[in-house]
Amino acid sequence: MSKPLTSQPRRTRGWTVLFAGAAAALALLLGGLPAHADDAASATETEAVSAPAAADLAGILAAFAAADFSTKDQLISQLATLHDPRARPILQALLDGHLETRSSDGKVFIVEEYGDALKLTDPLTSTAAGDGKPDDFERIRSNNALRKTLKVAIAQLELADTDPAVRIAAVKQMRRDIDDSTVASLRAAFGSEQNPKVKHEIAVALALADLAATDVDARLAAVNALDGEAATDVYNALMPLLGDADGKGIETDPKVRAAVIAAVHHINLWRGFYQVLDTLFFGLSLGSVLVLSSIGLAITFGVMGVINMAHGELMMLGAYTAYVVQQLMPNHIGLSIAVAIPAAFLVSGLAGVAIERSIVRFLYGRPLETLLATFGLSLILQQLVRSIFSPLNRSVTTPEWMSGLWQINDLFSLTYNRLYIVIFTLLVFGALLLVMNRTSLGLKVRAVAQNRSMAKAMGVRTERIDALTFGLGSGIAGIAGVALSQLTNVGPNLGQSYIIDSFMVVVFGGVGNLWGTLISGMSLGIINKLLEPYAGAVFAKILVLVFLILFIQRRPKGLFPQKGRAAEGH
Amino acid sequence: MNTTAPTPAKRGADYFGMPYARLLKRRGSDAQPPELDTSHRTVLYLEDITVSFDGFKALNALTLYIDVGELRCIIGPNGAGKTTMMDVITGKTRPDHGSAWFGQTLDLLAMSEPEIVQAGIGRKFQRPTVFQNHTVFQNLELAMAGDKRVWTILFAKLGALQRERIEKVLETVGLKDQTSLLAGSLSHGQKQWLEIGMLLMQEPKLLLVDEPVAGMTPQETERTAELLLSLAGERSVVVVEHDMDFVRSIAKKVTVLHQGSVLAEGPIDEVQRNPQVVEVYLGE
Amino acid sequence: MRTSSPLMTLLFGDFGSRVFYALLLAMLIVVPLLNLGVTETSALHLSTYTVTLLGKYLTYALMAVAVDLIWGYCGILSLGHTAFFALGGYAMGMYLMRQIGTRGVYGDPLLPDFMVFLNWKELPWYWLGFNHAAFALLMVLLAPGALAFCFGWLAFRSRVTGVYLSIITQALTYALMLAFFRNEMGFGGNNGLTDFKEILGFDIHLASTRIGLFVASGIALGLGYTACRAIAVSRAGRVVQAIRDAESRTRFIGYRVENYKMWLFTFSAVLSGIAGALYVPQVGIINPGEFGPINSIEVVIWVAVGGRNTLYGPVLGAFVVNFAKTYLTAALPEVWLYALGALFVVVTLFLPQGIVGLVKQLLEKRR
Repeated sequence: MSKPLTSQPRRTRGWTVLFAGAAAALALLLGGLPAHADDAASATETEAVSAPAAADLAGILAAFAAADFSTKDQLISQLATLHDPRARPILQALLDGHLETRSSDGKVFIVEEYGDALKLTDPLTSTAAGDGKPDDFERIRSNNALRKTLKVAIAQLELADTDPAVRIAAVKQMRRDIDDSTVASLRAAFGSEQNPKVKHEIAVALALADLAATDVDARLAAVNALDGEAATDVYNALMPLLGDADGKGIETDPKVRAAVIAAVHHINLWRGFYQVLDTLFFGLSLGSVLVLSSIGLAITFGVMGVINMAHGELMMLGAYTAYVVQQLMPNHIGLSIAVAIPAAFLVSGLAGVAIERSIVRFLYGRPLETLLATFGLSLILQQLVRSIFSPLNRSVTTPEWMSGLWQINDLFSLTYNRLYIVIFTLLVFGALLLVMNRTSLGLKVRAVAQNRSMAKAMGVRTERIDALTFGLGSGIAGIAGVALSQLTNVGPNLGQSYIIDSFMVVVFGGVGNLWGTLISGMSLGIINKLLEPYAGAVFAKILVLVFLILFIQRRPKGLFPQKGRAAEGH
Repeated sequence: MNTTAPTPAKRGADYFGMPYARLLKRRGSDAQPPELDTSHRTVLYLEDITVSFDGFKALNALTLYIDVGELRCIIGPNGAGKTTMMDVITGKTRPDHGSAWFGQTLDLLAMSEPEIVQAGIGRKFQRPTVFQNHTVFQNLELAMAGDKRVWTILFAKLGALQRERIEKVLETVGLKDQTSLLAGSLSHGQKQWLEIGMLLMQEPKLLLVDEPVAGMTPQETERTAELLLSLAGERSVVVVEHDMDFVRSIAKKVTVLHQGSVLAEGPIDEVQRNPQVVEVYLGE
Repeated sequence: MRTSSPLMTLLFGDFGSRVFYALLLAMLIVVPLLNLGVTETSALHLSTYTVTLLGKYLTYALMAVAVDLIWGYCGILSLGHTAFFALGGYAMGMYLMRQIGTRGVYGDPLLPDFMVFLNWKELPWYWLGFNHAAFALLMVLLAPGALAFCFGWLAFRSRVTGVYLSIITQALTYALMLAFFRNEMGFGGNNGLTDFKEILGFDIHLASTRIGLFVASGIALGLGYTACRAIAVSRAGRVVQAIRDAESRTRFIGYRVENYKMWLFTFSAVLSGIAGALYVPQVGIINPGEFGPINSIEVVIWVAVGGRNTLYGPVLGAFVVNFAKTYLTAALPEVWLYALGALFVVVTLFLPQGIVGLVKQLLEKRR
């Protein structure tokens, strides 16, 4: 790649570059399409409309360079009333401090820092205008008062936007600091607004403003209008009316006060509800990690009866594979994960086959010895990784689409990486079920597990099946490692911290039962997260471990034991 | 025929239900082996026993009585429930339904495996399991009847009387010359006899023997037949076996199991003529 | 065969035991002589550091014997035995902490330094009594013993066997490790208990005290070994081995297998606790790391390397592996984990009977 790492461009540009690259098809899959398509659409739209109003806009822009703050204030208001779609990017750039004047000719540009240089955009045509040196430009300054005007102006522009989502965002932005001018523009918008959702948000904003009204009836109406809203700013506006510790700011009218109490109570109910949802979601995501790290074991331990203490290290190998792949393609973070998953499956799977062929197969029927030998192997693998990659933790970069929040409403949001891990786990689990239940490999694996000599007599090459089964379990450990690399640092001890948990999950679910593993992993994750608020993270973990130890005493065969003759005999 | 044998008195069990009876037994278990009462000449009562695995009924309302001193052969096709029946008697499997009494007073369903053994039921498994790393002598010594609690055994010494008993059993099963060999080095037949010897050391009132001649040479089979015949009388012996020739050579009375319940019962010749039996078992 | 007295059979019945007793006795005489009796300038002088190191190995050996008793003889592979070792160690550590008195950094006559640091005002109830050596000693035996008894009572009754048992023993020690890492537990959290001053009135740093601890460890090993051997050669020992070889058969013969396992497990845990109690004053610290699951597995490899089911094999294994560890971690730290890992693999694949088994094989070939 010709570009230096430090000059990594902003997201949209990055995707544009990527889009032009050879890996276009895959990039589309990874989320490049929507971002890019939006840009393209808005760009053409802008160009089509821009011509007629250019003179006015150009005049205002030119005036900015020499204007003082009060003049700038007026200029901003003028810009806002132009009804020109190009005005908004200019106001935004001014707000962000990205609007600069070229010293040589006084021409105004929207700039973007790009390494040591500035990338220029002509605000009049919305097209790129080459690069420039920072020293040749002077920023158009703003102060706090001006920034406030800017925000309002932008919000007003947005209130007139054709996209309802933009309008809602604008209302919410204006709700943050309401004053007379915003109230006026909101009232105006309320009358003309057609979209019910936007209208509702505006009503909430107006009610919030009315909370400070001197008229009791207006206040009561406002509170009643706000009842049923769960947004944080509504809550924050209502709470002070119940009085702070000293009883200041308290609502004096008993009727209004009762209404406030009811409204706050409703909000608290919603908050409680979402808190439970949140805990469940956290539990599910922790459970997914547990399931991911243990379904490989569910194969090697559950189906084959082999205790593989190096299972955690196979996950570690997977995680390091993700790291190496990412190092090889530093500019394609998203793609690197797509490559890392099969790569990790191969690396760990082959390592598993090698382990089975060289060690495990000599120890069938001697589970305790297998345990010791594979533990020794885990030490070797850890040290190997230390020797190659250093004992320090490595971090794998998370692609943009995996970071961030999915804000479902004001009170409830899901973090994308947790959401993806849940989905990913279910996908891997589903794939594994398909392999076990629908392919000839799965059939043979189950046959060998149930009756080795019979399977052999039927012409199944049991030795090969053993190796493949072990490889499959190990490969899945590798995939789990890739997933873990997105959540934690990648280090030599990565696997060790999961091994005990994984075994407990498999045993808890019932050995030899994939569904059991899924349910046990998920429920242990949720139990853990439910306990955490009361007991603290470490103590919750201890409690879960103790619970598991006791549970296994009561039901040594787990939640979903295999019954019948086959399970009774040894 | 024994189908009219009296049902033993179920003290306590009916009154308090099973858990309480079980509790009573547990408490007293370590103190002393319970007494066997065979005053009605019947040593084992199995009544209406049902065991199911995942809906499959391994035993289906099985009812069976064994007399004192009797040698009974139990035959039946694969899956007829022979092994499951043994499991129920020895406490390894708990039935879903039914009752199992040892003599008049001992409720087998309320006893643990070791308690059942202490009470006098010995079982010989299909595959010989002897203690491979112990000598023949030590195998018999371990199997000897008596107090088997940890503390007693820790300080146990071998008395002259006990030594004599071991010698006697060694003679009975014909392993006199192998006394100090490791059990693991014995031949298959010798292991089977050693296991029978171990059962004898426990002085059982009822011996359960699972396929004793499977995998034996003809000579070994013959010796085993002699051995089993000599054991009956003093104690009751129940033999589960596939080999019809062997069954004919030892059995006076035969029970045929089919699909978890008794299909026919009586002298071997009579049973062999039973058309139903011929159909499900001998006819195959 | 049965001509000599039972005691003599017990002590000198087999060649390995004779060698063990002879070497142990020699060590207990020679080491103190070379340390205290020879001037420091002499080439024969043994440094106090070495004495402490050997003392530490002796406690490891005792632990290995305890693990062999349950693994080699009864087939119970405990991967959590360091839990008992560490509990014994903590009991001793608490005694040593209380002996510091006002000599701590904060000079509090009652509270150990870490409690003052955590701003605690009172000694927690479970620290009471630990200023008495006799009480502490009792706890050294009781704490691991009680835990093992409860655990064994639950586990063996419900017939948790084989790898399941191994896994839950590992979970047990892991849970304890997490618990002891917490400051709220009142055992010094992360840092554990350290900065000891004196034991039974003797300055813990003096060479003579170190020799005393060394000899005590040696005697403990000797007694522990003898007790284990007594159990092993008794009829109960034969029952235990029968359980290992054919558990359900043993049950059918009429033995209450769970009771045998439970008592053996408890006894083994108590021995480990004693080992831990002797270990702590010699190394001068006990922290939650001692609970680490990996430590437990390491003990198992000492037993495997020496040769299980022999009792003297594990003693040999503990010395050999730990000597290698001391040497390698200093000289070639990179290599140590490779070596340890390879040891696990090689021993299980090629040397199932350990060094002792190898020697026996070689001797038989000679004949």
